[in-house]
Amino acid sequence: MVDKIVIENLSLQYADGAESLRGISMEIRKNAVTVLFGPAGGGKSTLLRCLNRLNDLTDIKTGSGRILIDDENILDPKTDVIALRRKVGMVFARPVPLPMSIRENIIYGLELAGEKRKSKLDEAVERSLKLSAIWDEVKDRLDEPAIALSGGQQQRVCLARVLALQPEIVLLDEPTSGLDPFSTGKVEAALAELKKEYTVILVPHSVQQAARTADYAAFFLTGELIEYGDGKTLFTNPKQKKTEDYIMGRFG
Amino acid sequence: MMTKFLSRNRHTVQRLGFSAITLVAVFTVLPIIGTVIYILVKGGSAISWEFLSGFPHDGMRAGGILPAIIGTLYLTLGTAVFSVPLGIAAAIYLSEYAKDNQRTRLIRIAIINLAGIPSVVYGLFGLGLFVLFLKFGTSILAASLTLSIMTLPVIISTSEEALRAVPQSFRTVSISLGATRWQTINRIILKEALPGILTGVILGLERAAGETAPILFTGAAFFLPRLPFSPFDATMALPYHLFVISTQVPEMPIQIQYGTALVLLVFVLTMNVIATVIRSRARARRQW
Amino acid sequence: MEKSLSWREFIITRLIQSSGYSAILFVALIFFFLLREGLPTLSEVDASSLLNFRWYPIESYFGILPLLSGSLIVTLGAALIAVPFGIGTAVYISEIAPRWMREILKPLVELLGGLPSVVLGFLGILVVSPFLRVFLDLPTGLTAFTGSLLLGGIAVPTVVSVAEDALDSVPRAYREGAWALGATKWQTIWRVTLPAAKSGVLTAVMLGVGRAIGETMTVMMVTGNAPVLATGLGSLFSPVRTMTATIAAEMGEVANGSTHYHVLFFIGMVLFIISLIVNVIASSVVFRAKKRAERILS
Repeated sequence: MVDKIVIENLSLQYADGAESLRGISMEIRKNAVTVLFGPAGGGKSTLLRCLNRLNDLTDIKTGSGRILIDDENILDPKTDVIALRRKVGMVFARPVPLPMSIRENIIYGLELAGEKRKSKLDEAVERSLKLSAIWDEVKDRLDEPAIALSGGQQQRVCLARVLALQPEIVLLDEPTSGLDPFSTGKVEAALAELKKEYTVILVPHSVQQAARTADYAAFFLTGELIEYGDGKTLFTNPKQKKTEDYIMGRFG
Repeated sequence: MMTKFLSRNRHTVQRLGFSAITLVAVFTVLPIIGTVIYILVKGGSAISWEFLSGFPHDGMRAGGILPAIIGTLYLTLGTAVFSVPLGIAAAIYLSEYAKDNQRTRLIRIAIINLAGIPSVVYGLFGLGLFVLFLKFGTSILAASLTLSIMTLPVIISTSEEALRAVPQSFRTVSISLGATRWQTINRIILKEALPGILTGVILGLERAAGETAPILFTGAAFFLPRLPFSPFDATMALPYHLFVISTQVPEMPIQIQYGTALVLLVFVLTMNVIATVIRSRARARRQW
Repeated sequence: MEKSLSWREFIITRLIQSSGYSAILFVALIFFFLLREGLPTLSEVDASSLLNFRWYPIESYFGILPLLSGSLIVTLGAALIAVPFGIGTAVYISEIAPRWMREILKPLVELLGGLPSVVLGFLGILVVSPFLRVFLDLPTGLTAFTGSLLLGGIAVPTVVSVAEDALDSVPRAYREGAWALGATKWQTIWRVTLPAAKSGVLTAVMLGVGRAIGETMTVMMVTGNAPVLATGLGSLFSPVRTMTATIAAEMGEVANGSTHYHVLFFIGMVLFIISLIVNVIASSVVFRAKKRAERILS
């Protein structure tokens, strides 16, 4: 199975009727970094939040369509949403450290699931902080409040928090907006490592970041999928005029 | 030339205006401080261990006010038992579960309504329902239940505000990590809102402790020879005691009146101070 | 493990939901009981004698007009005091006072709000009323005016805290815009900030008035308890009786089920309805902008 996620003709509306996504169909490959890029309001974040059913919390109504993860439609009302969210983790644009220590942040998801064994929890803390390239910086202060860290460190802790649950898919919604270039570089490097084990979907905060990190890239414009293809070639040789215009900065 | 004249005029106006407003504020605040100091001074001499631990004699004209103090403590506790869990739960409902629809609006109107009902009308209600209909009689139980319903709106609104103050992003993150709504509330939201909730609870109970009208016909007794030991007993209480000795007992020593007022004041102010301290300490320690 | 978690969650959710709805239950209960004990009045006392000028229950005169006018005059007086002092103090705290002063004043005003009304009534009897009697050369110091004075003091904290909140919520940009155009702070307060906070300040006043109408102990102790119809300005300085004081004073001596008993509940009903109207209007002028459901931007 090369396609981890298959999206079939997904359409979505806001409660007031405005359309957010129109007939999106795409296949997302396993163990790769798929990038969703485009100007604001294009539907990228909305799509991301469909993948972990976070949209259930808002007044967005699914119009129609299916999202198959490992051949199961996650939009089905009978889906176990809790299990889904452990399988599909999300890192948000602003780092949101929970009001607890670094260690408690990381193990939060595991404790929710009922994991109590200290050995398992400690192991998860070390493993995920290493994967997020921040273990060396915080290993001596795991019991300090997470809010004491810098923005870039907080975001990597948030990534570790997600990885501690050993998800299969990792969603990142503009994770480096607001971070300094050094932290941004660390996060992007982490992505390259991550894709070996996980399926990574990234909404970048700039076209350049998209070009740096994408194995596959999808261009979204006002709720429609304009172009989707190989990351290497799409940025140098886009097929659609609108894609080219956006990449060249003719509109933003 | 013109602008110089105009600007000088405007600044004079401003200075006058500021002084006037400052005076208004001073005249509002001075009586508060004055009241407290006055009662402190006049009542201080009545305070003694006998006063605080003894029973009244000679038709209240001598002796202590222990039963009134204990009675107020019992009533405050009784109010807490009923209104705190119910109030916090209702606040959780409004903050975390309720959708923005007609039914929720109805609940909010009901709460606003409860908050505005005159305290003596609560007394009537308590008399009608708890004392007579449910046959609890004039009792701590009836008075506590009446005070609880009166305190409910305060606890609900302050608790809801405390819950809403917790950043929405915590909820989003928690849910995205696989938490149920209650797990999120229990593990994060309640914990972070607790100081605010506590402040509201204490302020609500402080109000209940000082109220006279709701307990007039539901639980207050003028004189009891011994301390109440069951919820079905009537009780003396500080606010009611003060009311009676200052209006209905002839040749009541002024000393004792001020002393009683002082004890009630201290009781209420202490709660106020505790609430304020909790609030400012929590603000300093917040991790968001 | 997951199954038992969802069972517990279900029960907890149901408990929380019913707690939410309990407020409606209580309002209904209160209204019902007031009705139950108050409505018999209409069959026992006919409307014309209810709407009469004589309140003398011992001889079965149940005219409630003097009580209504008593409440009205005392509340009006209280409002006249609480509004300028309340709004003025709110303006001072919000716009003029330095930061350290704010931190002192706000808790102080809150403290006043916590003072038991019986304590204020007590001081009213012992201090304020004798003072007024001498100062204004009146036959007695227990008058509507005394009540208004003290009630104003009770209503002020409510007015101050809500109005201060309202002024605080006015976006900083409004003030800065005015300053940029050359207005003085004073002009900004009166022409920009206060008008912007208009609905909140109105709410504050209405809530303060609501508080004054419902006050019982203080008025019972200082207004002289004479159920005489208020006629003209002079009656501000003579004794009156409010509806609340009537209930509190006479309920204890009333035979359960008698006409007097029913009439007192009837007055309670009237109070309930008045406070319902005042508070519902006050809250419909709510100034807090409603938060829209979070939109997800992409």
